[in-house]
Amino acid sequence: MNILNELYEFTADFAICHITQKETEMLLNIKNLHVAIDGKEIIKGLNLGVNKGEVHAIMGPNGTGKSTLAAAITGREGYEITEGEIWYKGINIVEMDPDARANEGIFLSFQYPVEIPGVSMTNFMRTAINAKREYLNQAPISAGDFLKLMEEKKNLVEIHSKLTNRSVNEGFSGGEKKRNEIFQMAMLEPTLAILDETDSGLDIDALKVVAKGVNTLRSEDNAFVIITHYQRLLDYIVPDFVHVLYDGKIVKTGGKNLALELEAKGYEWIKENQLV
Amino acid sequence: MEVNNSNTILDEVTQGEYKYGFYTDIETEMAPKGLTEDTIRFISEKKQEPEWMLEFRLKAFRHWQQLQEPEWAHIHYPKIDYQDIIYYAAPKKKKELASLDEVDPELLDTFNKLGISLDEQKRLSGVAVDAVIDSVSVKTTFQDTLAKHGIVFCAFSEAVREHPELVQKYMGSVVPYTDNYFAALNSAVFSDGSFCFIPKGVRCPLELSTYFRINAANTGQFERTLIVAEEGSYVSYMEGCTAPMRDENQLHAAIVEIVALDHAEVKYSTVQNWYPGDKEGKGGVYNFVTKRGLCKGKHSKIAWTQVETGSSITWKYPSCILMGDHSIGEFYSVAVTNNYQQADTGTKMIHIGKNTRSTIISKGISAGRSNNSYRGLVKILNGATNARNFSQCDSLLLGDKCGAHTFPYIETRNESSIVEHEATTSKISEDQLFYCNQRGIDTEKAIGLIVNGYAKEVLNKLPMEFAVEAQKLLSITLEGSVG
Repeated sequence: MNILNELYEFTADFAICHITQKETEMLLNIKNLHVAIDGKEIIKGLNLGVNKGEVHAIMGPNGTGKSTLAAAITGREGYEITEGEIWYKGINIVEMDPDARANEGIFLSFQYPVEIPGVSMTNFMRTAINAKREYLNQAPISAGDFLKLMEEKKNLVEIHSKLTNRSVNEGFSGGEKKRNEIFQMAMLEPTLAILDETDSGLDIDALKVVAKGVNTLRSEDNAFVIITHYQRLLDYIVPDFVHVLYDGKIVKTGGKNLALELEAKGYEWIKENQLV
Repeated sequence: MEVNNSNTILDEVTQGEYKYGFYTDIETEMAPKGLTEDTIRFISEKKQEPEWMLEFRLKAFRHWQQLQEPEWAHIHYPKIDYQDIIYYAAPKKKKELASLDEVDPELLDTFNKLGISLDEQKRLSGVAVDAVIDSVSVKTTFQDTLAKHGIVFCAFSEAVREHPELVQKYMGSVVPYTDNYFAALNSAVFSDGSFCFIPKGVRCPLELSTYFRINAANTGQFERTLIVAEEGSYVSYMEGCTAPMRDENQLHAAIVEIVALDHAEVKYSTVQNWYPGDKEGKGGVYNFVTKRGLCKGKHSKIAWTQVETGSSITWKYPSCILMGDHSIGEFYSVAVTNNYQQADTGTKMIHIGKNTRSTIISKGISAGRSNNSYRGLVKILNGATNARNFSQCDSLLLGDKCGAHTFPYIETRNESSIVEHEATTSKISEDQLFYCNQRGIDTEKAIGLIVNGYAKEVLNKLPMEFAVEAQKLLSITLEGSVG
């Protein structure tokens, strides 16, 4: 390990240590999380702290629990939290319904977005936005404001008008589906956005569009957790922290160069380190 | 977050209370309980009918006495005691009404609860409403506008008096009283209904609309509708139904007949949300309806669109007899059943003429412990050269205690015909629900959204005024409605 890496390690450790001290102010604070599916433990004591304004990348080989983590944070049924806590905006959200979590500002860009036949994107988005407004005791959005918002966000993610006229994800190509996820993210303006393998199956142009969307939305008031298998996306969305998830735990945390190192050395390197 | 939880949500979502369970206290004039020739004479006399009408009723009654109640449908219910039913109930007439102001305020209130303020309809929507409360047509609007075009749109009983030649010519020509058990019963005791006549070459400028409503306790409603579209005419007709909440089952056996002559087109749309019974399956309307259209002329077209969300039992097959060459029959249906509701519904497309075409799109949605059956017949007769049919029957299941069944019958006797049938059965997936949840949409709203999307193809066929109501109804039926 060279000096630079050690320095990154140190910075990261320092950062984690630092945020631990003011936990209550953290946007997301996951403590000793254990998650099981059908009784089989997938996440085995995971800790993660995310502050507003930060971008965290979670990397790791297949089957180590990356998507399970996303599902647990968003409250998907069938993902049983057997131990630990998920603090979000100072509330332990483990018992909170998934729609309430969404309305509190947690957004998941799905790895495999589902099709909903017969429901237009426009109708879907309007329902979602009004659900959030209802949750926040606000009046429904007017038709005019809604259309204006749609136009604005469509330009942001370079999505074609005809896509939003179609049914939700129905007949969309892989790239269109992922772009549509970013479009929805732009529409809903989440505080915490989790991107689950958004880069998989994307060509370089689509990847740039997705990255541009994220970079435009990135601000001091929100945070991103980017789950990815490859370093490629991180060339365009530069993370503040990179975590390596292995066998249900975060085994290594570093700065953006950790991703490069992983890319160069492969995950075998992590496995070997684990054994040491 | 276990599976149990989702079932609980689904239960809650699918067990909405009936929202139209109010009862209007209007003095009613009733026939004595039971069914004899005397009952029929009573009805006929009450309605001051001509002799030929009484004769028709009596013939139908005598025929009905020979018949057995059909048992082939996939529905189960205790035997109906036909002698325990009141066959005629009319709101007591005070005097002839000249304007809406004179209508019983309670009656108007009922309309308002149903969301069909006549005033508003009159002013805003340009819809002529012939409202039927327990058998007697109370108020008909827009008569003048229609009269200018020579269109007749009135209560059936009025047509019997004012247009006897038309009624005699067409009544029973599509659904003869010998047709089936319930058609015979209706022909004997029908109380009122609507009559619509569109003369040659006239395109009806309004959507015609009838709201039926069963009101008094223990009264069956037996309305009868006859629509005649002459050569080259067009009409879009809407029928909507609600019934107040009652413990006893109410029998409803209606007949709708449509005749379309050369190049005529009739669109008939129904939104039916009669009381479906409570969550335990107690009460609710028994709906045994015979609806049939005759494409008598060449290039004529009849399209049925129905959204069936109510009744504890639905037995209904709006059909088309494609007699004229190049005639077209269409059937678009959404049937929702919840709790203990049972629906056996579909269509019959009888191809007689050459180059006749039919389309069937049926979307069944079952929830709770309900049973939902599609039953359809496509029959191509010898002479129906180049007949075409396309059928699509989809079933959507919510939960794991309901049933969806498809009974398609295809008979073809002409080798040049092409008949296609597609069927799918699906469930609302956990993935779809979670996707919606993750966007902040709760499960109840999500089901509404998904179901409306699923039924969109059919809902799109409804006139605008109805489409919105139908969407809400789907949501209400499955939430506190399935939406």
